[in-house]
Amino acid sequence: MTRKLVVTGLGATTPLGGDVQTTWRALLAGESGITTLEQEWVARHGLPVTFAGQAKVSAKDVLSVPETKRLDPSSQFALIAAREAWADAGTPDVDPERLAVEFATGIGGVWTLLDAYDNLNANGPRRVLPMTVPMLMPNGPAAAIGMDIAARGGVRTAVSACASSTEAIANAITRLQSGDIDVVVAGGCEAAIHPLPIAAFASMHAVSRNNENPAQASRPYDTARDGFVMGEGAGALVIETEEHAKARGAKIYAYLVGGAVTSDAHHITAPDPEGTGAARAVIAALKQAGANIEDVVHINAHATSTPVGDVAEYTALKRVFGDHLEKICVSATKSSTGHLLGGAGAIEAIFTVLALHERTAPPTINLDNQDPEIPLDVVTSPRKLPEGEILAISNSFGFGGHNAVVAFKSAN
Amino acid sequence: MALSQTEVLAGLAEIVNEETGIDTSSVQMDKSFVDDLDIDSISMLTIVMNAEGKFGVTIPEEKVADLKTVGDAVNFITDAQ
Repeated sequence: MTRKLVVTGLGATTPLGGDVQTTWRALLAGESGITTLEQEWVARHGLPVTFAGQAKVSAKDVLSVPETKRLDPSSQFALIAAREAWADAGTPDVDPERLAVEFATGIGGVWTLLDAYDNLNANGPRRVLPMTVPMLMPNGPAAAIGMDIAARGGVRTAVSACASSTEAIANAITRLQSGDIDVVVAGGCEAAIHPLPIAAFASMHAVSRNNENPAQASRPYDTARDGFVMGEGAGALVIETEEHAKARGAKIYAYLVGGAVTSDAHHITAPDPEGTGAARAVIAALKQAGANIEDVVHINAHATSTPVGDVAEYTALKRVFGDHLEKICVSATKSSTGHLLGGAGAIEAIFTVLALHERTAPPTINLDNQDPEIPLDVVTSPRKLPEGEILAISNSFGFGGHNAVVAFKSAN
Repeated sequence: MALSQTEVLAGLAEIVNEETGIDTSSVQMDKSFVDDLDIDSISMLTIVMNAEGKFGVTIPEEKVADLKTVGDAVNFITDAQ
């Protein structure tokens, strides 16, 4: 990389907390954000899955009434996370034309779309809200952030299912390396805890049906894992050139040293069992970082808690790291947060950055019987990371055969 | 029972406030939606739709453009009840 890039601001709203610090402390404490859904529509539709990782703090408690009326819930989460990240970065004074947004979603404004269709069926076309289109479009969250911080250097939305927000962070590198942009707000969001996506994910047997024990349902690498658990929320990172950050005296959490995107062209939903596409993404991210595999001490794995996916990721990691994999400690934080789909990569990138910054890898909960096919060194209680210059990566994979990996290096 | 002009104004001010965040006290009879309150066309359509629901009236699409001021809207709604 020609320009060094740093992370200077973090923001999040997740099933564990309404901000980064609350989320991170709850994660380190081994808490679960997964709860039973109390909404009336669960019973009305007879949904086979009755739990999810709902945002700990309702967006309505944070935003103004006009904001909640004019923004889809996904954009509401995005705005909350981006505002926290922007404030955390010290509200950078940046030329608006050199400020960009790379903000992803997996599904987009699904609540708006389906509410509008219900409204159309019940009341006819004259009752369909004029704001419906800008609320449901997948670039809505990025656009809302862009207007909020006056970003005029381009506002874009990566859409690659559950790899979306890691891809957005990788895209931020490209923008910053172009030399045209100094600061990017990158991340992703999701608000899809709606009966239709729940029914659809259940229909394809992708999600856990452990309705009796929601807090234990997301259990990556455990022999009893039976699918992922839907979560909602958003994560945002302020990423800028080191030169820009140092000139304004910003605090630096970590270096963003690599990002890569590959695709499997194998199957629309199943991961390539050989893991070659995922492995290529890891290698490309490390190559961009100018790092050796021995430099990597920690991985925030994609690890969604599906029977097939967790093994496929292990296969990919083994392919890349070989025997060094034994020396890498792995955290599967979806065990606590659930799977935020298009927001997952963003909050996991934040966890990776904080792991380096605080030299502490967060725990994986619910690992009672580790699958012998996945002999990883899984972190089950907060683990001290080594001193010195260390590297960590965060993986995300998505339906469509998308693989995205980002690499961070310690700064302190 | 039909609402008075004052009651319609108060109800409309609440709708404008929820949609745009503009303080209800700023929503006065002589204020122009566009020039004084800076309400864009999409917000205006949403306000009209919510007013139809709240006051049980129909505001024809071709009529919306004629509702330049808050007073225009209040008077139309009051008469249409």
